Amino acid sequence: MTIRQLSVFLENKTGYLNQVLAVLAKHNINIIALTVADTSDYGILRAIVSDPEKALEVLRAEQFSVRIHDILSVEMSAVPGTMSHILDLFAAADICIEYVYAFSFGSKSILILRTDNREKSIEVIKANNLKSISEADLRQ
Amino acid sequence: MNDESRLKRQEARGIKKSSRLLAIELNAGLKNNIAVTKQKLFWNKKTECMNRKDMRAIQSERLIKLVQHVYNNVPFYRKRMNDVGVKPSDILSIDDIVKLPFTYKTDLRDNYPFNLFAVPMREIVRVHASSGTTGKPTTVGYTKTDIENWKEVVARCLTMAGVGKEDIMQISYGYGLFTGGLGVHYGAEAVGCSVIPISGGNTRRQLQLMSDFGSTVLACTPSYALHLADALSENGYSLKDMKLTTGIFGAEPWTENMRLELEKKWGIRAHDIYGLSEIMGPGVATDCVHHCGLHVHEDHFFPEIVHPDTNKPLADGAEGELVFTTLTKEGIPLLRYNTHDLSTLNHEPCKCGRTSVRMKKITGRSDDMLIIRGVNLFPSQIEHVLLELGETSAHYLLYVDRQNNLDTLELKVELDESKLTDTIRDLQNLSRKIEHALNSAIGLHVKVTLVEPKTIPRSEGKAVRVVDNRRNS
Repeated sequence: MTIRQLSVFLENKTGYLNQVLAVLAKHNINIIALTVADTSDYGILRAIVSDPEKALEVLRAEQFSVRIHDILSVEMSAVPGTMSHILDLFAAADICIEYVYAFSFGSKSILILRTDNREKSIEVIKANNLKSISEADLRQ
Repeated sequence: MNDESRLKRQEARGIKKSSRLLAIELNAGLKNNIAVTKQKLFWNKKTECMNRKDMRAIQSERLIKLVQHVYNNVPFYRKRMNDVGVKPSDILSIDDIVKLPFTYKTDLRDNYPFNLFAVPMREIVRVHASSGTTGKPTTVGYTKTDIENWKEVVARCLTMAGVGKEDIMQISYGYGLFTGGLGVHYGAEAVGCSVIPISGGNTRRQLQLMSDFGSTVLACTPSYALHLADALSENGYSLKDMKLTTGIFGAEPWTENMRLELEKKWGIRAHDIYGLSEIMGPGVATDCVHHCGLHVHEDHFFPEIVHPDTNKPLADGAEGELVFTTLTKEGIPLLRYNTHDLSTLNHEPCKCGRTSVRMKKITGRSDDMLIIRGVNLFPSQIEHVLLELGETSAHYLLYVDRQNNLDTLELKVELDESKLTDTIRDLQNLSRKIEHALNSAIGLHVKVTLVEPKTIPRSEGKAVRVVDNRRNS
């Protein structure tokens, strides 16, 4: 049901994001999806990577602030209106979306979700026969 | 003659003719047998112009009485004097003051709230407090006599600055636990000013009342006076709308350049009123129209300058820590209280006729205390709040700046990795929580910025906790 996401604290400094990416590249860690939330002072880099544990270890070794969080995923069909339909289901259950991003992997389209109520979200996914992906699916 | 030449000088400097100067002109007129009201130049001429020998005699008499009183009534002082082996009988004149132990801010904190008071609470008619270093405020208590003496010294300061019955005085120091507002207030009423107790803040209303009421005197911190000057035009006013002639500025250190800037911006004479709540509040000293040091009301507050490292008394002209003994205070008398303000003393008589000792405008401090908008702040207070919250590391850097002439504080604090989440909101809530805790502990708004762990430089010696970017004007 859930996959692991890296969260890295980014200070608002030129070249800082690339310092993080360079560490991942050096250790041959593939970035599958990435998004950055930003404020005027700092940001949080969120990434799905090929080896989260190793990424955590190597980034920490380079003094970055990093943690791993479990997040929800839903596989989408490549049909217009799919994502809107999924978000409708969450809204109907009175679940608030905190952030969302999407990416393609092979032929799949995948939605990553963070909501204010994890248990209720899992119920919605199950009740509507939505398909989640596992980390194994991302290791082809 | 003196008055006339001063008048000419000030006119030459382009200073607007104040009611005080008018009074001096009229005074000159009086010599030519024109009947006019006379502006007071001294509030208490007998004391302010007393010869040095008589002043020493008064100080000696008061010190002897003070030492006996605190030795018998304040366990803290009895112990401290016993510790250094001094008995009240060893104090025979003011010269013996050097035998007495020092008092520090930590002593007030350790004896919070009332343990340093030298009279029963029923004799205390007022309590003031300032924010303390570990969450506890520093408390001071006043008897009826103390309040009277406070009024007296503030009245002397105001008269020295040319303020009198004809003046309308806008007091924009904070009223309340802070000594600024109420301290100046009673002295201003005593000299007969029409007092506008507007208190601090609300710039627009300050300017409106200043214009509508025709305030001639403004009492506030120098930085707020600059802020008000700069806010004139954006609030639709110009100097022509104002009748201000005099500024009574204090509660934070300010330079001679700042005085000149304020005088130019407002077209006024600006005077420095020095004080600290531990000793009394505003009114310990002020500068006369010659601005050559601040006249200390030494019949109430005996000043010494001591070497910061050795605590040895220093001669006139040598810079060191300013130390005060409260010669007349009943509520909370203090022996040799070290203010940590850096200054020098000068016992030469002044051109104004006063013989009282003058202290140089405060140029800095020997400890790390900051004065932010008139509020005393020690970096350790920030540390205390952070440690108490336990949400971040205690590694921080405090940036002090001045924007639109108002002091601003920004705290950069290292994020604790365990508090890192994947949403910005959690981090913002954390910053807000720290801001709120700081605000309630120190009474100042601090902008909190989270930074990455281990990015604030560690130092092996004295940690650098503060970056003060306020210009040294």
